[in-house]
Amino acid sequence: MSETVSFPVIGMHCASCATNIQRSLRKLPGVINAEVNYATEKAVVEREAGQADEESMSRAVEGLGYKAIFEKSGAAVDQVQRQKEAETARWLWKFVISGVAAGMVLWGSVPGVMETAPALLRDWGNQMILATTIQFVVGWDFYKSTLASIKNRAANMDTLIAIGTTVAYGYSVLVTLAPQVLAGTGIKPEPYFDTSVTIIALIVMGKWLEARARGKTSEAIKRLMGLAPKTAWVIRDGKEIETEIEKIVVGDKIRVRPGEKVPVDGVVITGETSIDESMVTGESIPVFKTKGDLVIGGTLNTSGALVMEAKKVGADTMLRQIIKLVEEAQASRAPIQKLVDVISGYFVPVVLMLAVATFGVWYAFGPQPAFLLAMLNMVAVLIIACPCALGLATPTALVVGTGLAAQKGILIKDAQALEVAHKVNHVVFDKTGTLTEGKPAVTDILPVTEFSISNSQFRLKRRASRANKSKIKNSNVQTRNILGVAGSLERNSEHPLARAIVEETEKQGVKLTEVMKFESLAGRGVIGEIAGAKYLLGNPDMWKEVPEGVAALENEGKTVVLVGTDEKALGIIAIADTVKETAREAISALQALGVEASMITGDNERTAAAVAKLLGMTRYFARVLPADKEKAIRKLQSEGKVVAMVGDGINDAPALSAADIGIAMASGTDVAMEAAGMTLVNRDLRTIALALKLSRSTLKTIKSNLFWAFAYNVILIPVAAGVLYPVFKLLMSPILASAAMATSSISVVGNSLLLKRTKLA
Amino acid sequence: MSPDKWLVLVGSGLTIGFIYWFFLGKKEEGQGGVVERAEIKVAGGYSPALVQVPAGKKVTLVFTRTDPTDCLEEIVFPDLKIKKTLPMNQPVEIEIKLDKPGECSWHCGMSMYHGKVIAI
Repeated sequence: MSETVSFPVIGMHCASCATNIQRSLRKLPGVINAEVNYATEKAVVEREAGQADEESMSRAVEGLGYKAIFEKSGAAVDQVQRQKEAETARWLWKFVISGVAAGMVLWGSVPGVMETAPALLRDWGNQMILATTIQFVVGWDFYKSTLASIKNRAANMDTLIAIGTTVAYGYSVLVTLAPQVLAGTGIKPEPYFDTSVTIIALIVMGKWLEARARGKTSEAIKRLMGLAPKTAWVIRDGKEIETEIEKIVVGDKIRVRPGEKVPVDGVVITGETSIDESMVTGESIPVFKTKGDLVIGGTLNTSGALVMEAKKVGADTMLRQIIKLVEEAQASRAPIQKLVDVISGYFVPVVLMLAVATFGVWYAFGPQPAFLLAMLNMVAVLIIACPCALGLATPTALVVGTGLAAQKGILIKDAQALEVAHKVNHVVFDKTGTLTEGKPAVTDILPVTEFSISNSQFRLKRRASRANKSKIKNSNVQTRNILGVAGSLERNSEHPLARAIVEETEKQGVKLTEVMKFESLAGRGVIGEIAGAKYLLGNPDMWKEVPEGVAALENEGKTVVLVGTDEKALGIIAIADTVKETAREAISALQALGVEASMITGDNERTAAAVAKLLGMTRYFARVLPADKEKAIRKLQSEGKVVAMVGDGINDAPALSAADIGIAMASGTDVAMEAAGMTLVNRDLRTIALALKLSRSTLKTIKSNLFWAFAYNVILIPVAAGVLYPVFKLLMSPILASAAMATSSISVVGNSLLLKRTKLA
Repeated sequence: MSPDKWLVLVGSGLTIGFIYWFFLGKKEEGQGGVVERAEIKVAGGYSPALVQVPAGKKVTLVFTRTDPTDCLEEIVFPDLKIKKTLPMNQPVEIEIKLDKPGECSWHCGMSMYHGKVIAI
């Protein structure tokens, strides 16, 4: 048998290259024919099945100096996925077959309906043929797994099902083939094929539904894995070549057209566009990107074409780091799980012992027909026990919870972090760079007295927008003069306060002018001549008289600089690190959850108090040196608070570790923060409340799952054993037991999937 | 009580004892000796379920699942935060490194089957 494969070949520069490759491929053992097309850059090889593998073809092509590309990207994931789908489909088929058989046997044997059944179905022999087929064809997996387990002196749910159904089936075969063995026991010879077949059908149905539901729990991570495109257009030697994403190296120039995905992390070299980053960071508004901006692999280019340079490839990309973190979190052990681990180790053997005890007690002390009741109750105990529900309780909720968090831009380090997060009742924010932009900006410009230098001096730059122009025209001309003088004096300084002033002049479109006789007064300010007049800029203490208004601004936590002449201050400029627009909202969202918020900063008391007041926080820690941030956290903890610390993950690492849980803002495309229990990929403060909410609901789901799984087994196993019989004359039929068992594990998975409906907005 | 009832009661007691001894009284057996690469069969549990490895060295555990039961389709090393899917009949290599002598356990996706690595 032959098969055809095709693969891209790169590096060809003329038609004869194609001929060479063709010849070389045809020489490979097992290759029947090979065609290489120079125009499409593809090779099509017809080979004997199983011959001329990818490696040998790759070698043949590379031996000539070209490159063959075989698709590997995501192949492993796809394979696992395909296998799972095949498995789900297999369970469905088994259910259909056993379901039809169960229907037929039930029709032929249940009193009340069996009278309407054709004689064919009422015949025990025919029922036995159907039951045997189901027992050993559909039920083969149960036997296989049981035998393998017994070899290891272990047992699982399949062991219980195999033993339970075999008892019912074996008894029925005996009754059918040799009814005389029951002679003299008072038991009416009657087979229970309906029981064995229906149990298998219901259990298989449960397995099918469970497999389907479990597939849904890991959708979030599958979606993340599918985000990165398989190929990208790499520009090499001025030519665009479609290249597999694995073959992209750092420094490659890549063209990304509108509608295409950014393949790896990198920096924009040319072009402007909006990029939808929601799939990776959870940020819902497209972000504008231009030269020098960072772009993230897996995000979608929505408007313009751009050329980017690859900076991080392979496992270093943000997307792969996120996937790794989520996978690790899903593999971690929740502290709550420890008890379950101990119990599940004993579960199946204990159920086996209980089943035997049930048989013994019913046979010795039960009513007649003792043997029959003993057997049926034993089967019911074996079938109703559901270790799966216990086993699925924690992992499924964890997978759904962490996956959902990742979708919203929250990376949870492990199950332990999740468990701590749900108890958090106090969140401490680092001020600079977390609550604030971390960059000073001009907040107020106030004239002290009439400030007139030649009025035309600081006219608006022509490029100032119309809206800006009218705004500035309406504002005092003097404001512009203050800013103009200050900006001109500071235009060459690198000092952060100076940068803030110059940036403000740019923002307002104020034109700067030449400064003569410039002089810098270390630590105090600067002096220079503009249009023949001498001006000073600096600390208020450079002037004898501090103008009114300075103290008020300083009380608001702002840094104040003055502009003036030797004798007199003419204008006041206040500069402050501006609070992020989202900070206020983030804090009130936390307060709505009943979580206190406080702030920690190296700033002085006055600044700290002002910012805290602005944000609606009652508590703050001022003048805290970076090394002492830990102490502040320990103080809160000593008050009995469970503390989350929010910081930038680099400077705040010790404080993040000291807190019960550290929440770090991802910087750039780095998301793996060692000290942090949670990382906010979207850098949005409002997500913190969301993260706490999500951890609360995940923990709630885990707990309710465990409760139901325990309660189910603890209550129903004794019921199946017949404890209700002496008082209520109540017994559970094995068929009902199998229905209960099938629904119990599905309901656990279903409960976990309900997490997806958590209201997070 | 008739003799058959006595017989069944005694038989049940003995069977319960046997089940206890068979499943819960077993001793874990290692593969014998310290190894840097171990092949572990995954069928109705893990054999061997105890692997001795040198501490501070990267070792490879190769898991091959031949048992169709979905209980065994995932393997988890919770302390190392490793979770892998084991496709049927396909060896899956897991590299681990235990820095200090001690134990590290693994279990199936539903925590029913257990195994452990002991670093020496």
